[in-house]
Amino acid sequence: MNCIIIDDEASARIIVKQLCLKTPNLEVVEEFDNAISAIKFLNHQKIDVIFLDIHMPNFSGMDFIQTLKDPPKIVMTTSDTNFGIAAYEYECIVDYLVKPISPERFKKCITKISSIIPQSSININELKPDSTEGEDLFINIDRRLIKLKFNEILVIEAKGDYIIIKGEKKEYKVHTTLKKIMAKLPEKLFLQIHRSYIINFTKIIDIEDNSVLIAKNVIPISRSNRPELMRRLNLL
Amino acid sequence: MIEQPNLNYVDELAGDDVQFRGQFIEVIKNEFPLEKKEYIDHVINARFKETAEIVHKLKHKFNILGMGNSYKLAVAYEIELLEGKQTNEAEFKNVLERIEAYIKTI
Repeated sequence: MNCIIIDDEASARIIVKQLCLKTPNLEVVEEFDNAISAIKFLNHQKIDVIFLDIHMPNFSGMDFIQTLKDPPKIVMTTSDTNFGIAAYEYECIVDYLVKPISPERFKKCITKISSIIPQSSININELKPDSTEGEDLFINIDRRLIKLKFNEILVIEAKGDYIIIKGEKKEYKVHTTLKKIMAKLPEKLFLQIHRSYIINFTKIIDIEDNSVLIAKNVIPISRSNRPELMRRLNLL
Repeated sequence: MIEQPNLNYVDELAGDDVQFRGQFIEVIKNEFPLEKKEYIDHVINARFKETAEIVHKLKHKFNILGMGNSYKLAVAYEIELLEGKQTNEAEFKNVLERIEAYIKTI
């Protein structure tokens, strides 16, 4: 995720920046001492999160939000403890932090944001080749290479321009195609059973009519892919 | 007992990051005297609304410097300024002077 900080007080900005620096996978792209400069910046830069001070001279944080056509997620920072209700009048405001912000509270805020925007903020470029041992795959998420073990992948689903990699613990949204990822997967473990689904063959719990059960996922089997699936089953 | 400013919060944030601690001290040494001066100018000229604005800014620093009671005082003072009163002025100024003296030592 990337973020900007808007606060007219340098002492407040330096604190938020320090909290961000201590947070993995959160990059501070820029900081501003006024909202007008931030508006100009946002005209040509896409940002995931804004840490925004409410109380600024001339142009307040609320004024700023109203100027944004497609606002990113916004975390309000304030000295007012009674600001909460006003904050949630705007859909883009996902949290508000009362100054001085404790590291624990900031961490909670980041967890909350991550649960809201991981899908939209994941900018996958290319899938990287397997590791030398061929047991895992690296995907590039927000300039961070994340290792996925083949045996922890359950299902891969095509969704528009993206694929959803469903793992045992997490899901990842990747900007690529089923065809591209299939080329990176070991054939002995994975099989495409539908135009929108690749499954980890070893994770099948049962097969019923035209669907496969993997963990809690019921995956359809297309007529054309069914023979290959049946061929690979060790049928009694 | 009179509340004294401290850097406990900043030290917690800094951990082993000596650079951050130094940067913060530099920022507060620059920022605070300017805000205090602005505050005094507004008070002298009986500009209540502007005084309330700068009190709002300054109260954030009270919290950063571990002065919870002074923060509460500032909250009350800010409200009364907006009502055209300033009964807490002397006490508030006293807090500013304590901070000013403290930041000369860090």
